[in-house]
Amino acid sequence: MARMVTTRNKVISTAAAWLVGFLIFFPILWMVLASFKTELEAFAIPPSFLFFHWTTENYVTVQERSDYLHHALNSIIIAGGSTLIAMLIAIPAAWSMAFSPTKRTKDVLLWMLSTKMMPPVGVLVPIYLIYRTFGLLDTRSGLIFILCLGNLPIVIWMLFTYFKEIPKDILEAARMDGATIGRELIYVLTPMAVPGLASTLLLNLILAWNEAFWTLNLSTLEAAPLTVFIASYSSPEGLFWAKLSAASTLAIAPILVLGWFSQRQLVRGLTFGAVK
Amino acid sequence: MATQQTQLLARTLLTPAVALLFIWMIVPLALTIYFATLHYNLLDPGSESFVGLENFRYFLTDPAFLASLQNTLVLVGSVLAITIILGVPLALLLDQQVVGLSIVRLMVIAPFFVMPTVSALVWKNLLMHPVSGLFAWIAHLFGLPAIDWFNDAPLFSVILIVSWQWLPFATLILLTALQSLDEEQKEAAEMDGASAISTFIYITLPHLARPITVVILIETIFLLTVFAEIFVTTGGGPGLQTTNIAFLIYSQALIQYDVGSASAGGLVAVVLANIVAFFLVRIVGRNLEA
Amino acid sequence: MGQITLQGVQKSFGPVHIIKGADLEITDGSFVVFVGPSGCGKTTLLRLIAGLEDVTGGAILIDGRNVVDVPPAKRGLSMVFQSYALYPHMSVRGNIAFGLKMAGVAKDEINRKVEAAAATLNLTPYLERKPRELSGGQRQRVAIGRAIVREPKAFLFDEPLSNLDAALRVQMRLEVTRLQKQLGTTAIYVTHDQVEAMTMADKIVVLNGGKIEQYGSPLELYEKPNNLFVAGFIGSPKMNFVTGELARQQGATTIGVRPEHLKVERDGQGGWQGTVAVAEHLGSDTFLYVDAAALGMLTARYVGELDLHPGDRVSLIPDPARIHRFDDSGKSIHA
Repeated sequence: MARMVTTRNKVISTAAAWLVGFLIFFPILWMVLASFKTELEAFAIPPSFLFFHWTTENYVTVQERSDYLHHALNSIIIAGGSTLIAMLIAIPAAWSMAFSPTKRTKDVLLWMLSTKMMPPVGVLVPIYLIYRTFGLLDTRSGLIFILCLGNLPIVIWMLFTYFKEIPKDILEAARMDGATIGRELIYVLTPMAVPGLASTLLLNLILAWNEAFWTLNLSTLEAAPLTVFIASYSSPEGLFWAKLSAASTLAIAPILVLGWFSQRQLVRGLTFGAVK
Repeated sequence: MATQQTQLLARTLLTPAVALLFIWMIVPLALTIYFATLHYNLLDPGSESFVGLENFRYFLTDPAFLASLQNTLVLVGSVLAITIILGVPLALLLDQQVVGLSIVRLMVIAPFFVMPTVSALVWKNLLMHPVSGLFAWIAHLFGLPAIDWFNDAPLFSVILIVSWQWLPFATLILLTALQSLDEEQKEAAEMDGASAISTFIYITLPHLARPITVVILIETIFLLTVFAEIFVTTGGGPGLQTTNIAFLIYSQALIQYDVGSASAGGLVAVVLANIVAFFLVRIVGRNLEA
Repeated sequence: MGQITLQGVQKSFGPVHIIKGADLEITDGSFVVFVGPSGCGKTTLLRLIAGLEDVTGGAILIDGRNVVDVPPAKRGLSMVFQSYALYPHMSVRGNIAFGLKMAGVAKDEINRKVEAAAATLNLTPYLERKPRELSGGQRQRVAIGRAIVREPKAFLFDEPLSNLDAALRVQMRLEVTRLQKQLGTTAIYVTHDQVEAMTMADKIVVLNGGKIEQYGSPLELYEKPNNLFVAGFIGSPKMNFVTGELARQQGATTIGVRPEHLKVERDGQGGWQGTVAVAEHLGSDTFLYVDAAALGMLTARYVGELDLHPGDRVSLIPDPARIHRFDDSGKSIHA
């Protein structure tokens, strides 16, 4: 990387990169700005960019409307619950395939991957009917279950690729050192796998938080997470742009932060290890 | 290669995941196939009867199917083209020496983390609104008439929103691939007297061929079933102008409650996705061996 | 005590037989090296003894007790891996202590033993560091420290020096040998490097294609190889082999002469005639690669400097007492 870069080139590429970055980021920025405006200013023409009456009133209003907190809580429970359960099922499976592979391991992995490629609309009808029959429509447990299954292949895949990178020698060394399987897991494997576990957890929280097919189709009110809550603003009569912006900002802020932390691991998770 | 004891344990640990995924795959799919052969409408309970392939004939000959198939293909094709054509130069740009690169990277990646319903609403209301949207104001500044995006160019508007969401994905993957390109290869090309453009054509672009394929396949799988953006912005309209296959199946199942026809449509979607998945699985599988 | 006996040990992975019946007697306190080309089964044999693989057939006795059903940790052996296999998240102290901790040894005793091991290996200043902060040689020492601290019945080494550079390898070779003699613990050491085998071992096991070709002291293997394979594998540069009429005159199918047992005469008569193709002048030795027409390429070693250059005619005279004879199955013929 000891490449000579002229100052002029560096200035040009820096300016271009910042300009493009700003353009791509602009819709989010514009939304955040709108969330600090009054409702009138939010859809005033000409728009005001920075010189408006900054107010946090929208956030207060959104917080005070108990239904926002209710849906936010749903999002946390559904995304968190489905991710945790998926991890619990996936860790032993990935561990087993990474450290005790057989001739069929590759086929099993590819088959798991192929279940992720089944379009959800393909099975919308039976899932909807099954859920209706068992009273799972608009319940948190129903959404947790379906999001958990939907993301399970990705969780297993990511964990598998991380576990695969832990040298087998080290586990054998632990075995020679007299560690039982349980202690091997606690003292050796887990500490070494923590970075991988963390980024898998993060990516799947993001995916589950943003999931907008099953949540829109299987929940309406009681169990509805933020995706559904925000979608309810789409009806044209409720032109509460500033409040919508505030609610949206709150809905995406935590995930944006998590996403920024996990961006390096993201590629691996999203391409199933096909791009490194 | 381990002892029998650990192998037995390994099989035991793998079983729950395999069993769950197997049920998850087989039960709904079997039910979909079963429903697809029935006349079955939720508004008309008790009238279920076996109709063979009638639902497929109905679904496939329905003008709405052809329209939505066309919309699906246009949507997928356009978003793929936009994200790749913009993604490659963008990735190349971010691979340069840029002051504050980490911040620029964050800004570029951000749209991917925004939940689909939020991005759809932000674009619909704050940017593309024909009266109060920012685009209308910009058009006004240049003395142009404001565009009523979702009436005059509804599919294009959806394509724009979806492209904005997926451009970061393409860029991020291409950038990762670029960073794994051996610097010495480029230096060797330079020693061989290759210009920047020939280096790009003969070294960089071939190196990007595989990640581009991966981007195309993965995006296709997700883009075939774009739903929330249409649900929030246009509801499939006006008319059928933004109805894709996913939305058509949704409306037949949960608006018209025609279970049989929706199931037949669902199977069509599964077949379409499988054609793409076939190639993706082969690429990933080859990578698994390397 | 660390007496290890293998009785008809076999290992197959599916239809592939990796170890085809190994019998071996390793006496307490000896340093035994398994050597052979890659794929000969030497690492597998070591892992069978360690218990990291199950045997397909046969028995492994440690101090007279059959351990084939005993898990690795209970066999009382410790192992140094090729990759060192240090626990990256633990300090040097944590790495060395791990085995003792697993065995439930009291804290202050662990500390005492770890510090003693560290002192032996000159690791005391690095006890609180993480493996990634150490050099290759230091990591190697930590791996050895982890092995000795448990006072095992035997050490198992799996090509432990192959990741080090040449100079460090020679130095660690000495250190490992000295440490083993000092502790008097049985050691089994796997390598593909016959120089390592010759310099370190009390006894060498030469493996080829899953079979033990010969078991003996380094000099026994050098002086009296059982067969063509051992003759060719042990010794550097390799033994010269000659077939045909010359061999038949000696009552053999193949005869072999080591490069150091060929006397070189410039423009000489008698012996085997040839032309120097390449001459390597090391100062202490001169290696000649001689094109001897029908006999093929022969290698000769001369101690000291010999002023010969490519194209020079030489005759090579084998030492008659040092000619090895092999029958048509490759076995040695002893007079």
